[in-house]
Amino acid sequence: MGVALRAGDMVIVRTADVGHHHRTPWFVKGKAGTVRLVHGAFPNPESRAHGGDGLPKRRLCQVEFRQTDVWGKRYRGADADVVLVDMFEHWLERG
Amino acid sequence: MADEHPPLEHVERGLRATRILAIRRLLTDKGVITVAEVDDIIERARERTPADGAKVVARAWVDDAYKARLLTNARSAVAELGYRLSHDAELAVVENTADVHHLVVCTLCSCYPTSLLGPPPDWYKSFAYRQRAVVEPRAVLREFGLALAGRVRVAVVDSTADVRYLVLPRRPSGTENMAEDALAELVTRDSMIGVAAARLPR
Repeated sequence: MGVALRAGDMVIVRTADVGHHHRTPWFVKGKAGTVRLVHGAFPNPESRAHGGDGLPKRRLCQVEFRQTDVWGKRYRGADADVVLVDMFEHWLERG
Repeated sequence: MADEHPPLEHVERGLRATRILAIRRLLTDKGVITVAEVDDIIERARERTPADGAKVVARAWVDDAYKARLLTNARSAVAELGYRLSHDAELAVVENTADVHHLVVCTLCSCYPTSLLGPPPDWYKSFAYRQRAVVEPRAVLREFGLALAGRVRVAVVDSTADVRYLVLPRRPSGTENMAEDALAELVTRDSMIGVAAARLPR
């Protein structure tokens, strides 16, 4: 994983099309964002959903995406509007 | 232990209800959870109502130091007022200001700060809200009766994981002399989800 992500870090969400349960919304896959804060470590839902113990825990980051980056011209709002998504660190690559 | 299940015909047979009952039956038949545990979770959720969240908001409005604690460590701040969160979900509070308006959605399911607000409203769980809140939040807000100026930044919060979000709405103007109890009356459930502003005083 390298050095843990911190607030302010630029990230890109992995585009993996995994076949199991995961908590990464499709609309941010492949999108660039900025880590706003790190909530702490939580059991990995991709393990727990399939009978596993969720260990090792994964750090959960709140990532900010610009709405115009997520939806492009479809987005009808202000350029400054954002969506904040809680994302597990193993879905994030440094941008 | 099939006897422990309520007969299906006693329950409204919408698609969602049928699906929920089927999932519950699988989970209990396979021993993942018991019927008593499900009932206990529902009972605990019903112990809370939006009036509880409103007390937290009103305290933050009258006490800047409390507000600072609430925004940085919500779990311990709500514990000061006697509220205990469930052990398996964290709580975070986001503050609405003149510059930024937060609204909360869970696009993946229906995560909600039940430990503080009670069960979520049905619309919060609807596919329409879960899709539209994130794609066209300003249109959704207008339908709830909230027209924001273009200069106010809209921040949609998607609670996809282990953190539940509560919105700290703006304190309405004209409430400078109101007591904490009266202020709490202005704090609606919808204002703590972020689809509305707090009520104006009469």
